[in-house]
Amino acid sequence: MENLVQIALENVNMWAIMPSIILVCFGMGLLLINAFLPRGATRPAMWISLIGLAATAFAVFSAWGNPQYGFSDAVALDNFATFFNVTFLIAAAMTILMSDDYLRREGYPIGEYYPLILFTTAGAMWMASGTDMMTIFLGLEVMSICLYVLAGFFRGQVRSNEAGLKYFLLGAFSTGFLLYGMALIYGVTGSTRLSEIGVYLNAHSSLLNNPMTLAGIMLLSIGFLFKIGAAPFHMWTPDVYEGAPTPITAFMSAGPKAAAFAAFLRIMEYCFFSLKPEWTAVLWGLAVLTMVIGNVIAISQTNIKRMLAYSSIAHAGYALVGMVAANEIGYSGVLFYMLAYTFMNIGAFAILVLAGKKGEDNLTLEGFAGFGYKRPLLGVAFTICLFSLMGIPPTAGFAGKFYIFAGAVKAGYIWLAIIGVLNSAVSLYYYLRIMVYMYFRDGEEDYAWMKVSASVVVSIVVALIGIFYLGIVPGAVMDMARLAIF
Amino acid sequence: MSNNLLSLMTFFPLVGMLVVLFLPRESDRLIKSVTLVVTIITFFISLPLAFDDVFRTSAAMQYTEFASWISIGEYFQMNYNVGVDGISLWLVLLTTFIMPIAILSTWNAIDKHSKAFMALALLLETGMLGAFISLDLFLFYIFWELMLIPMYFMIGIWGGKNRIYASVKFFLFTALGSLLMLVAIIYVYYYSVQAGVPFENGFSIAHFASLDIPANLQTWLFLAFALSFAIKVPMFPVHTWLPDAHTEAPTAGSVILAAILLKMGTYGYVRFAIPLFPEAAHTFTPFIATLCVIGIIYGAVVAMMQDDVKRLVAYSSVSHLGFVMLGVFAMNLQGLSGGMLQMINHGISTGALFLIVGFLYERRHTRLIAEFGGIAKKMPVFATIFLIMTLSSVGLPGTNGFVGEFLILLGAFESELRWYAVFATTGVILAAVYMLWMFQRVMVGKLKNPANENLKDLSAREVVVMLPLILFVFWIGIYPNTFLEKMNPSLENLIDQVKSKQQVAMMIEDVEQSAVKVAVIE
Repeated sequence: MENLVQIALENVNMWAIMPSIILVCFGMGLLLINAFLPRGATRPAMWISLIGLAATAFAVFSAWGNPQYGFSDAVALDNFATFFNVTFLIAAAMTILMSDDYLRREGYPIGEYYPLILFTTAGAMWMASGTDMMTIFLGLEVMSICLYVLAGFFRGQVRSNEAGLKYFLLGAFSTGFLLYGMALIYGVTGSTRLSEIGVYLNAHSSLLNNPMTLAGIMLLSIGFLFKIGAAPFHMWTPDVYEGAPTPITAFMSAGPKAAAFAAFLRIMEYCFFSLKPEWTAVLWGLAVLTMVIGNVIAISQTNIKRMLAYSSIAHAGYALVGMVAANEIGYSGVLFYMLAYTFMNIGAFAILVLAGKKGEDNLTLEGFAGFGYKRPLLGVAFTICLFSLMGIPPTAGFAGKFYIFAGAVKAGYIWLAIIGVLNSAVSLYYYLRIMVYMYFRDGEEDYAWMKVSASVVVSIVVALIGIFYLGIVPGAVMDMARLAIF
Repeated sequence: MSNNLLSLMTFFPLVGMLVVLFLPRESDRLIKSVTLVVTIITFFISLPLAFDDVFRTSAAMQYTEFASWISIGEYFQMNYNVGVDGISLWLVLLTTFIMPIAILSTWNAIDKHSKAFMALALLLETGMLGAFISLDLFLFYIFWELMLIPMYFMIGIWGGKNRIYASVKFFLFTALGSLLMLVAIIYVYYYSVQAGVPFENGFSIAHFASLDIPANLQTWLFLAFALSFAIKVPMFPVHTWLPDAHTEAPTAGSVILAAILLKMGTYGYVRFAIPLFPEAAHTFTPFIATLCVIGIIYGAVVAMMQDDVKRLVAYSSVSHLGFVMLGVFAMNLQGLSGGMLQMINHGISTGALFLIVGFLYERRHTRLIAEFGGIAKKMPVFATIFLIMTLSSVGLPGTNGFVGEFLILLGAFESELRWYAVFATTGVILAAVYMLWMFQRVMVGKLKNPANENLKDLSAREVVVMLPLILFVFWIGIYPNTFLEKMNPSLENLIDQVKSKQQVAMMIEDVEQSAVKVAVIE
């Protein structure tokens, strides 16, 4: 109760949550507008939500280099949050751009889809800017609940239902862990404010060995590792990613995952810096496990959506390597990688969105046989996204992996870097397999039925620009990432 | 213009690629002509290098260009840092020289998706040239990986029956090696920063080479580099991707692969692995020389057993590249210049042999030796050219192969690799056996197979393709000095640098040992 009392009005700084306020306002407005729009008319909703994202972008950019703290330091719109916010906005915008025709094709042109994405993004923003356990938890819940709905959005489809339900049950379970962890940490330190927890633990070193502290950290980490999709808490990802609507899968694997990384990074760095050697040691093992499991299982997949789901686990593993490095280059590498991953992964999913038939049963390797010749431009775009996911220069994926592994090498984790690059080598195999089917085999499908709408093309072009910009001249963004970390 | 000649040369094919991409897909001839013109222009852009006398006297990098590319605070500095010296000079020229020939050879051979093929070929040329001229390890790595992608597609799309297996194997092998090298590159970089190399130099190899890296560290770093390059060379026992890739690749792909891409590996040793880690290179010399000898003999013996001409030539590459590596690791002027020259020779002769196999394949759609026999009568011009290239590959005096192999063996005999050279010499004999035997079975004797009755001799285009290669077979064979004199200053400089470092290391070791002895006595 003490904390609550402390929140006095002069400590409220609305600017600190301005981006999310704008987003939520647009989301609410959109819900109202949807009520008056005829059923199936989702295009206005798409435009309005894009305008909402653009307006938010202004608020986000104005915070760069001009950090805002509010609500008695429960929220910090600092560079760290801003960098992640940009990632979320890009992810949301690309997702929205590729969704409209897709919803119509799959038979669910329901306007609520867009506000849900906006709310998810707002939740992600709170996670990134939360400097209090409660803010982070609120953000996580807002984000997750919207995602549960989005994953099960195609209510007539069994797979989508399964995805929604599975995600909800497991997600709720993991949230329980997270909350319990937060409660224990509060019990130990008497605060939910991240910086206060850190200072307190640092001052009372006897508490560092306290079972309650350790249990708290463990449970907290489990909650975040679940959201990140790190092994051994990754079991939900393949089913959910496969069952959810494809744009949502793309979004989930980029935006919300980045949000979980943001909050995880901040908590570990703010609260538990005194235990850094311990938690980096644990994350070392988990990073290896995550990379290996993701890559090895992805090899045997024949459904491309599922393959990308497993590969997404592996990519979370690479990002964890940056966290293990726990130095400036590793942390900023994580930030950079999340942005790079947003471009390349959503770009790849955008192709899947286009190439799927109703029900998406054809998104298998066989279904892509000869795709590269029937649809040369899309084939090249897909190829570039895949090369970026592999980490072949000069793409964003290479630059990202380079910084992350460089961070690991700098921190002395040579073996981790070697395991990381060996995993990249494994991943080459399954990414190449998609190309083998696209280019080296002939298929009967002529893909004449594909409807390539302008908005999806915009999304793909954004992805390609991002991939090459971050790949060829990564300096500017990497500098921003460096300024963004603590 | 001469200031950025190298950039112009490297990126001109890339511009050409963009042009090709905008040509209509159906106009096959136009696409091929444009590509040919682009590669020929690239060759002419690079030609001033061949006539520049500065290489005769100077060991330094010429035509250097420097620009800051990526700089990330006090963490990373990557520079666009390129230049040419005697080591890379002829490899660059070989690349620009082979490319038009390879393109010309595709005239009838590539009939599907020719636009994609030409675009990839031009991208590949940029990658190869960039890798040869890079003086910054990071830049080198980018170009090195960039070469992989076009070759992967070339084998996979235009290759033979088993192309998918071959292309994926090629990609995985080479990428695996280079990824480990990437970790080593990052490590060397941090080491150099710690050692106080000015930050602005980035991944400059000249500065990396000036570091004094402790011996045990050198070992690991050398191994990471050496593995990556060994896969590319390819050395026994990581050569297994090569026969598959060569056999399945289309003719132009095989030519480029044999003539240039394989040189990337040997060049990597000369430019990076040995000068950066001289002591480790010295330690591993017996080991690598053993692998060279095994490769030489194994490649030759396996080549003898092949019933497919292309596979035979592929295995002969394993054998020949073993020679090159032996010369390089002899680390004296004869050996090293022989190795460098043999890289060029192998590019010319084996490139030509793959073209010859391609001519046969285009006519008969088979490469099995048993299907041929006695076709010299039907194709006299072809027979002559084939014989010249066979003899060049065998190393007959008067042809380029002789000079290269002679210098290599001479160098090896004069170095500590004497006994390895003795065994390697058997490779020369075996080469004569498998090449001449193959020639005999394919070309001479009675014409038994009726399918060969109507074979047409080489067309004018095909002769034009071969003529420049023949010219260089004899030029290098009779007057190799044109080439040697321009590489020697750089090679001498390299040898001095490596040897002095190795000696210092040995002296330190001696001092340490005697110190230990003194300590024990005391």
